[in-house]
Amino acid sequence: MTKFILRRCLQALLVLFVMSFVIYALIGLMPGDPLDLMIQSNPGATPEVVARLRAIYGLDQPLYLRYLHWLWDALRGDLGFSRTHSQPVLEVLIPALWTTCKLMLISFVLSVILAMVLGIVAALKPGGWIDGLISLGAFAGISVPVFWLALMMILVFAVRLHWLPASGIANVGDGSLLDHTRHLIMPVVTLALANTGGFTRFVRASMIETLRMDHIRTARAKGNGEGRVVLVHALRNALIPVVTVMALSFGTLFSGALLTETMFAQPGMGKMIYDSILSNDFNLALSGLLFATLVTLVSNLFADIAYGWLDPRISL
Amino acid sequence: MKLRALAGALAVTTALAAPAFAKDDLVIGVAQFAPSLNPNIDPTVIKSYVLDFAIRPMTAFDKDWKLTCLLCTSLPTVDNGGAKLETLKDGSKGIAVTYTLKPDLKWSDGTPVTTKDLAFTWKLGTDPKSGFSNNHPWDRAKSMDVVDDHTAVLHVSPIVTDYNQWDQLLPAHIEAKAAEGKEPGDYLKATLYNRAPTTVGLWNGPYVVSGYDSGSQIVFTPNPAWAGAKPYFKRIVIKTIENTAALSANLLSGDIDLAPGDAPALTIDQVIALQAQNPDKFSYIFKPSLTYEHIDLKIENPALQDLRVRQALLYAIDRDTMVKRLFNGMQPVAATWVNPLDPNYTKDTATYSYQPDKAKQLLAAAGWKPGTDGICRNDKGDRLSFEFATTAGNKLRELQEQVLQSQWKVACVETVIKNEPARTLFGETTKKRSFTGLVMYGWSSAVGESPRKTQFSDQIPTAANNFGGANYIGLNDPKVDADIIAAEAELEPAKQKPIWAEMQKIYAEQVRVLPLFFRAEPYVVPKWLKGFTPTGHGDYSPLWVENWSAE
Repeated sequence: MTKFILRRCLQALLVLFVMSFVIYALIGLMPGDPLDLMIQSNPGATPEVVARLRAIYGLDQPLYLRYLHWLWDALRGDLGFSRTHSQPVLEVLIPALWTTCKLMLISFVLSVILAMVLGIVAALKPGGWIDGLISLGAFAGISVPVFWLALMMILVFAVRLHWLPASGIANVGDGSLLDHTRHLIMPVVTLALANTGGFTRFVRASMIETLRMDHIRTARAKGNGEGRVVLVHALRNALIPVVTVMALSFGTLFSGALLTETMFAQPGMGKMIYDSILSNDFNLALSGLLFATLVTLVSNLFADIAYGWLDPRISL
Repeated sequence: MKLRALAGALAVTTALAAPAFAKDDLVIGVAQFAPSLNPNIDPTVIKSYVLDFAIRPMTAFDKDWKLTCLLCTSLPTVDNGGAKLETLKDGSKGIAVTYTLKPDLKWSDGTPVTTKDLAFTWKLGTDPKSGFSNNHPWDRAKSMDVVDDHTAVLHVSPIVTDYNQWDQLLPAHIEAKAAEGKEPGDYLKATLYNRAPTTVGLWNGPYVVSGYDSGSQIVFTPNPAWAGAKPYFKRIVIKTIENTAALSANLLSGDIDLAPGDAPALTIDQVIALQAQNPDKFSYIFKPSLTYEHIDLKIENPALQDLRVRQALLYAIDRDTMVKRLFNGMQPVAATWVNPLDPNYTKDTATYSYQPDKAKQLLAAAGWKPGTDGICRNDKGDRLSFEFATTAGNKLRELQEQVLQSQWKVACVETVIKNEPARTLFGETTKKRSFTGLVMYGWSSAVGESPRKTQFSDQIPTAANNFGGANYIGLNDPKVDADIIAAEAELEPAKQKPIWAEMQKIYAEQVRVLPLFFRAEPYVVPKWLKGFTPTGHGDYSPLWVENWSAE
């Protein structure tokens, strides 16, 4: 097991290195210059001023040289300076990460719990009315655009009912746990609903397949109750493919919740990465994307470890 | 049991319900966040808007578009003797501008604002390593004499008409440490405006930044050292909601009070729709601004080299109706780049009202006759067809584009829409002048700003100037160049006017650009907010925030 983890860690480092170069090159190949927007909005931005700023920000150097500088500093623990925020990258990254962690972890756990319950219930009587209802809900969750769902929630719970705040992370001058919770409810529910549909379909399909297996028939023949058969004998096996899907989703959640973050004004990683790419903030975009890659790699590693626990026949 | 559950649900609902909103707070919703707050670095519209609550520039244009002093006792001009022409030691001509700072000005830690701060800011602003990029560059002043704590003379050279317009000062007693770095860009990394904007003493306006949640909101509270009129609101919050549909919903839910038009917030069509649905809930203001929406023509295109074709393009479009239908008539049709509210505006220019028949006549005279498919052709059989680009994803521009396309088609002109994301359009296509026909976008300028950047021949973007200019139309007219030089050097407003009139006349006659309209800034204002006055130019409404109050 230790050897496996070490090997995967080394692979992860190699992937991160390759990704850093690819991301840096792709951002560099995008049209335009980081200072274009400034030129547009600033009457004082003469060609001389722009040339001076390019030199200060190192934008007058070739792309490969800028990358090498970044890499050298990154290896020494310095992820560089965010041009748009005028702050070290870590100082921008950490608050965004914290916001995302709260949002993602809660919504992920919520959607996994919901998907497990709904997927199992649906799988018990495939084709029955309960299965039909759950499948309908799951497809609705998959199909409904997140921005529309978010907007509807704002209109119902904030505009009409005034139960919840429409956006933000806390009221100014409050910041209590209750206040934070109120601000989290709608974005968490939106994200959870969007993810639950897909997860439910996977759990259902995997459970239906597992419940038809020989060892389940044996477990029933041995006189085990239906609850024990489903939760102990079937669920553990059914989880193996589900874990892969969830692990992959977990990684993308860290960078992919852009719409939810934008709609509910949650300053998280998705929004930060998107803004930094648009504004050609190389250091920030690169660090954010690498972090999302790292989360994906780590969650996959955990998924692999979980396989061993779920199915002792799998050797790591 | 059921009753207990119901009571529990009610209790939870009550606890979750939004608290009643007190009017000593004002929450403003914007669609962008100001990621850094140093007033002299990387100025953007949102940053300038935010800063106007807390730090005052030396001078600003007021709601009547008159230049006024905010930090000084009176505006120095040649007429009042505050500015005097001089010959510098190297023999060049210059102008000495004397400023006297208001005696009661203080930074938010109680330290007086003095000429030490002016000298510090000027010195830092003239240091190429500092990374300053403010609207009114400090290096216009080649030297500076400090007379006393409140009076100083800036020696501006060469002579420029904006000699008496200057931006925000920086507190020497706080920022001096950040300016100690020797390497280029050190100040950018060390300035407390970016690193710790809630530091006491950075601000000299009616409010100070007391909370800064990156990407989310900025909180202002009254500046205890402010000597001017006492601001009414105990707290002003600028909340960022990037999605404008969500921003609109936040207005309706009461989570935000005000959507400003002078900062990025709701678009004009969204405000018109909001007004139609909720006519009595808010006050709606549409303030014509300096943002000039227009279409640049690629003059190298053989068809566009003919003035008659360019004129026909303008005669063929009904700008008045377009503005009425799309924007409820709120955006004034433009004749040139100069806004009618600008002191240098002239109405004595060629105008091109909607005359489709005249457009067809001009095209026929230029050798373009309608073909069987309705599109004009010349003797060689070339179709009168142009690529027409604008910013992809900008709903309003795409709508305008469709209207214009259909109107030109009636006049036998084909336009092929080729939209690009803003980043590509401005980063490559206009910057490198690679468009082949028409390109539609908006351009913001300051009151009385010289058109040098967009019309002077040395501002045509080329590899030689590192694609630094914004003369995307490739205008290279010695007469225009001479007029720009003359307008920039003429200090007497009365003598400036005829030069500007000449420039506008040439612009309208040559039709290198198709003027569309001046964008109106759409404001959604709570009915209880009093004293709020939009300006329509780059010195935004919060510069007079101390006049705002709740009824």
